[in-house]
Amino acid sequence: MSAPDFAAHPATSALVNRHRLRWWEPIPWILAIGFFYMFPRHLGFGNEMLVMVLFALSLDLVLGYAGIVTLGHAAFFGIGAYTVGLLARHGIWTEPLSGLLIAAAVAAIFGLLSGFVLLRTTGLTLLMLTLCMMLLLEEAANLGQEWTGGYDGLDNVPIDPVFGIFEFNPLYPTTQYIYILCVLFIGFLIVRTIVYSPFGESLTGIRENTLRMHAVGAPVRKRLVICYAISAAIAGVAGALWAQSNAYVNMSTLSLDRAATVLIILVLGGYGRLYGAFVGAVAYMVLSHYLAKLYPTAWQLGLGLMLMIIALFARNGIIGIFESLVARRRGKPAS
Amino acid sequence: MIFGEDLAGIVLGGLAAGMVLFIVSVGLSVTMGLMGFVNLAHGGFAMIGGYIIVLSMNRLGVPFIPAVVLGFVLTATFSVVLERLFYSKLYRAAELDQVLFSIGLAFVMIASVIIIIGPETQPLILPSWLRGQTDLGFTTYRTYSIFLIVVGSLIALGLWLGFERTRMGAQIRAAVDNRKMAESLGINIDRLFTITFAFGSGMAAIGGGLGAEFLGLDPQYTLKYLVFFLIVVAVGGLGRITGVFYAAIFIGVMDFVLKKYMPQGGTVFIYAITILILLVRPQGLFGRKDA
Repeated sequence: MSAPDFAAHPATSALVNRHRLRWWEPIPWILAIGFFYMFPRHLGFGNEMLVMVLFALSLDLVLGYAGIVTLGHAAFFGIGAYTVGLLARHGIWTEPLSGLLIAAAVAAIFGLLSGFVLLRTTGLTLLMLTLCMMLLLEEAANLGQEWTGGYDGLDNVPIDPVFGIFEFNPLYPTTQYIYILCVLFIGFLIVRTIVYSPFGESLTGIRENTLRMHAVGAPVRKRLVICYAISAAIAGVAGALWAQSNAYVNMSTLSLDRAATVLIILVLGGYGRLYGAFVGAVAYMVLSHYLAKLYPTAWQLGLGLMLMIIALFARNGIIGIFESLVARRRGKPAS
Repeated sequence: MIFGEDLAGIVLGGLAAGMVLFIVSVGLSVTMGLMGFVNLAHGGFAMIGGYIIVLSMNRLGVPFIPAVVLGFVLTATFSVVLERLFYSKLYRAAELDQVLFSIGLAFVMIASVIIIIGPETQPLILPSWLRGQTDLGFTTYRTYSIFLIVVGSLIALGLWLGFERTRMGAQIRAAVDNRKMAESLGINIDRLFTITFAFGSGMAAIGGGLGAEFLGLDPQYTLKYLVFFLIVVAVGGLGRITGVFYAAIFIGVMDFVLKKYMPQGGTVFIYAITILILLVRPQGLFGRKDA
């Protein structure tokens, strides 16, 4: 017998083909473009949704892939938002695209520094540290009233036209929508590339068994810190987009509310699966937008029940339910 | 001497706040230490207990002390039901699932109370013997604060004795230090956990009721003070009664001082100190390294 043919082995092809485009992958983008033409009156809502998708994607990278349980991810969203807001409001920098890059850089630096000190810990300690870090920033935003506008935040943040041509119009936010969709697409490509790269693979390894990754000699903490910084940068861009499209910044960008919302969105859609952010954001935002206005209390009750059910029975969220249905139809046991 | 009176006021007010923090947080610390369960719905038990105490006084005319006992008993019973139905399913689940479940439960608790009772704040009307000022010799201070300090100290002493001097306490300490070893020695951890969970929730109920006078009591209480309870637990160290006590007093006094002299944004220091403490000692100030 000759040596086993590794190239023909199903495991090899499964690994090699992991990153290939699946037939359904363009669907969310088609829907996003469809939304633009179908609901021109609701583009403001669409903007909010797209921003949350990007934010949830950034959380998916740390939580879903690297397995870092954080309650303070809104810290980076807020840093991005305040970076853009402060620079524009104080007349230092109003160009939108480079503004995004500055926000990403500031958030990444903060992610790198905080990740460097925080990611030595795990469990409850890490949870508390990320939470306290975010609350600290929120209080700082409150205290630095002269700069940040305190509780009221900064309004009328001036933003230049994109490429000097396309004006941001708050009443008909078509420019914002296309702009955010493009940024989201680039962000998604970056996250997708990272996830399927050897680096992403090693993150999954750390999530599954940190001890074993140490044992095989992987630089665990370094990888986690890098992943944390990348995720922070993307979250910062999401925050910057939020600030630019709304033309204001306030403390809600740094709040526990926002951190909990993005966590719920991701888990609702299904974490560790890229498209969970899309499904979760749309499901959550549509439900909350309509139900929360009509029956705020019932919405909170329903949301709570939904979370309890997901934690107890459907840990992979909406996509997970869908996956197990597909698997059942094909006659395979659900994974 | 004005400075002396001022200082005494700060110490007494801070101590009273710290006692309430301790009474609410101690159950959270022990259950987290025992099972590693991140229970973000703990504030919900304090809120529900507070409602039982305050409403039974205001609407049914139950006297103060029996109302507190009633709040303890009902909340503890309610928590056992939840523990057996849901929490027990998640002991070995990932941290994230526990976080999500308990946030969900907290939302359900808030919404249920709003639907059944309403969103407004419920005032704690103190009995006449707890109102007014008491002369302590060196200073006069609010009777209720002094009452809280006395009650809190007695509870802390009782818990400490129970923890250090009883068989049950020894079992809990053993299980916090090394759950697997304790289990192999024949300690029934599940039962132990159910009992401590019920007791901890009952304590939270008492804290919710007693603290309603200055923390306020509305459905949002559940999440409003959660961060403080968590800080106390994390700083004090998991499953350490003395640790939680010192941490609660420390945070209580600090918060009182900061609120008085830096009403805006003073909590920055509490967060900053918490971060520093947890970075230097991830297991908390009084926690053991291997626990």
